[in-house]
Amino acid sequence: MNVIIMGCGRVGARVASLLDQNGHNVTVIDNNAAAFKRLSPDFAGDAIIGTGIDEDVLRSAGIEDAHAFVAVTNGDNRNIMAAQVARTVFNVPQVICRIYDPVREDTYRRLGLSTVCPTTTVSALILDQVISAADSFRP
Amino acid sequence: MYIIVVGGGKVGYYLTKTLVNEGHEVLLIERDPAKVEVYAERFGSVVLAGDGAEAAVLAAAGAARADVVIAVTGEDEDNLVVCQVAKNKFHVGRTIARVNNPKNEQLFRVLGVDVTVSQTNFILNLIEQAIPERNFIHLLSLRHADLSIVEASIDEHSPIANQTLDEIELPVDCVIAAIARGVDVIVPRGSTRIEPGDEVIAITHRTEEDELRRLLVDE
Repeated sequence: MNVIIMGCGRVGARVASLLDQNGHNVTVIDNNAAAFKRLSPDFAGDAIIGTGIDEDVLRSAGIEDAHAFVAVTNGDNRNIMAAQVARTVFNVPQVICRIYDPVREDTYRRLGLSTVCPTTTVSALILDQVISAADSFRP
Repeated sequence: MYIIVVGGGKVGYYLTKTLVNEGHEVLLIERDPAKVEVYAERFGSVVLAGDGAEAAVLAAAGAARADVVIAVTGEDEDNLVVCQVAKNKFHVGRTIARVNNPKNEQLFRVLGVDVTVSQTNFILNLIEQAIPERNFIHLLSLRHADLSIVEASIDEHSPIANQTLDEIELPVDCVIAAIARGVDVIVPRGSTRIEPGDEVIAITHRTEEDELRRLLVDE
């Protein structure tokens, strides 16, 4: 499967490295070359410097043949715009977009984007643990 | 009219200033608290600190009763999201986005922004109109209908010089709307003859602009 990952932070680099290990064809985009250091040392995919909201950059990353596109920069709006370009302009079958702001996440999920909201997910996990700890203190 | 302006750069600043002077109810949303403080001193309480792409900020700004939301930050992705959130969450009737990368104009319209403004394209158009040796000028795009208004300067080499409108085979989705001859403006009929020196104003579907250019000025 051809996968493009925009944003080579902790999450982007990890997803890219794991997909690469599993034999997928991965291209990573980041506007800062230093970010590519986060990729695993044996990463065999491509790394492209540029902004993923530019159609020309996406084209040079091979988006026309991509099966999946993942937007995980630390800017919600950049992820939202890039995901919509991937979906609307390039018809990428699977587009995943990270949005930290829960309200924006809800808005774009309703508009049909596949979204991941770390804020609600991580909060829920933490709450679960806090509540189960609190339960064990109950007399 | 209640107008929300997002982005307090130079464009947002002068836009707010002008709209306030025209008597509109205006709210400027700006992220930088230092700028907000300065603007609040100048304009009074029409400035709100916050990220205009955040629904909570738009809600606090009363976006639900806004007639227009204008996003003029320096980042295209922010302007897009401001307009989309305003439209989809607050049902704002008219959203206007500044587009920094001119290639995004088309994209933003596909993604639901009502009006896009690209300074780059605007200046390019002005330059095109200012170059005198160009015989075929794109004057205006009518976006929703995909139509263009163009102006052609006819000389003796033009393929349609000295023909009547009835004799000219225009592309299907084109119409010659007016002819400027000296100080006169002629509303053309079938029998009107195109003369060298005429300025022809035509309306054409965007896809037929090139065909019309070849027919009128052979460029």
